[in-house]
Amino acid sequence: MSLYIKYFSIHLKSQMQFKSSFFFTTLGQFLVAFVTLLSINFMFARFDSVGGFTHEEVLLCFAIIMSAFSISELIARGFDQFPNLIGNGGFDRALVRPRNVIFQVLASQMDFSRLGRLLQAILVFIYVIPSSSIDWTLPRVITLALMIICGGLLFFGLQVLYAALSFFTLEGLEFMNLLTHGAQEHGRLPFSVYGDGILKFLTFIVPLALIQYYPLLFLLGREEAGIFHGIAPVMSLLFLLPCYACFKLGLKKYQSTGS
Amino acid sequence: MITLQNITKTFKVSKRQAGFANAFKALFSREYELIHALHNVSFTVNDGEMVGYIGPNGAGKSTTIKIMCGILTPDDGDCSINGRTPWRQRIAHVRDIGVVFGQRSQLWWDVPVIDSFELIRDIYKTPQTVYSKNLKELTEILELGEILKTPARSLSLGQRMRCEIVASLLHNPKILFLDEPTIGLDAVSKIAVRQFIKQLNVERKTTVILTTHDMQDIEALTERIILIGRGQVLLDGSLAELKSRANTDGDNAEEAVAALYKELKI
Repeated sequence: MSLYIKYFSIHLKSQMQFKSSFFFTTLGQFLVAFVTLLSINFMFARFDSVGGFTHEEVLLCFAIIMSAFSISELIARGFDQFPNLIGNGGFDRALVRPRNVIFQVLASQMDFSRLGRLLQAILVFIYVIPSSSIDWTLPRVITLALMIICGGLLFFGLQVLYAALSFFTLEGLEFMNLLTHGAQEHGRLPFSVYGDGILKFLTFIVPLALIQYYPLLFLLGREEAGIFHGIAPVMSLLFLLPCYACFKLGLKKYQSTGS
Repeated sequence: MITLQNITKTFKVSKRQAGFANAFKALFSREYELIHALHNVSFTVNDGEMVGYIGPNGAGKSTTIKIMCGILTPDDGDCSINGRTPWRQRIAHVRDIGVVFGQRSQLWWDVPVIDSFELIRDIYKTPQTVYSKNLKELTEILELGEILKTPARSLSLGQRMRCEIVASLLHNPKILFLDEPTIGLDAVSKIAVRQFIKQLNVERKTTVILTTHDMQDIEALTERIILIGRGQVLLDGSLAELKSRANTDGDNAEEAVAALYKELKI
């Protein structure tokens, strides 16, 4: 952990070398998130509810997904950039250092400009938590925390999977973005909105609904939601196992690049 | 001690003809070509030896180095370095080795070199006393001094290469792998690097394995040469043996090697 902080400080030092660049990308990240927020507001200017969810409820959903995603990007950016790391030989370097490989990839990149998105998510939380009609009991607070933490870990798992695939091919990985950036984009609405098929896919195959739709029902105190819905985010962590296994398999097949 | 026995490594490379139609075709059916990077490579290097590992481009030099560093897993064969198999006991193994890739940097680009050194110290968990002593000695010999306060991106290639070498020696490795350490350097830097490697080998008894295309490196440094071509060891001996094998008149190592490459059709 203390080594992670050392990496953190060296990245911070690097990014502070370019102050204005840092400031503008952070602002850019904030604006990108802001556009998504605006589109939600425009939608609710016309409709009172979408798929049975009110404006406040959707905003809550938006803030949860946004914070989970930006935390994972902030911390695990290295996996998002993994094909580059292979291409420029940085991964070879990680392999000749006496530390865990996943840790080193994790620490190889940190993108502090993602703070722009996180800030936005926090602002929305500040607005929506008191104004929604939710009675914030202790179990609900715990569920909210679980949604963000497990959500961050789930996005992290998807990035590890993405990295694992890039051991086998460096092309055609764009479809994985559908599950990371795409999920973050579409996850602003509860997944049930997109129909039964997609909800099933996001429950059993890539369990994004376990950190979003089901626990959200619990937060909102819907009738059908029991305690099981509340702890659904924890179940989603099972998905990390196959991600890790794929990465290990890819590592064995690793071919490196010419020097 | 380093022992390689019948190391074999094959790469699967997808290939296609140029042009859009072929690119489209490759979407559905790929043709693969198997490249035999290494075929039954065996050799032994004793502690404290300095070995020049030479061969033309694509002969398999880097692949061998990468296997010995634990980066690649060979398809077949055994490799034992100080009693460990690099790809199985990676973390324990890499503690004992230092690696310099001449064409790749291990320094963090935007921060002063000394910051990179300190992070490397923490990565290797090098005790502070060992680190300070090494840093002091190495910076003196390689005349780094003020350079340590400069960000790596602003260094000249010669300065950077000297920093790279220091970075890979801070944790007292027993074996040093140098993959083309003098590539692109000017005459002064080349000589400085060569002298330093020689000194390291003599004073610290560090085992050095060096790949290079520069025959002057070999003449200045190594008594033993391993020549590899088409993935096989073709010659293992001294520079004098290599020259006599090549049947060229004159004493030029460069020409001797070129003649040998031609003769062996590699």
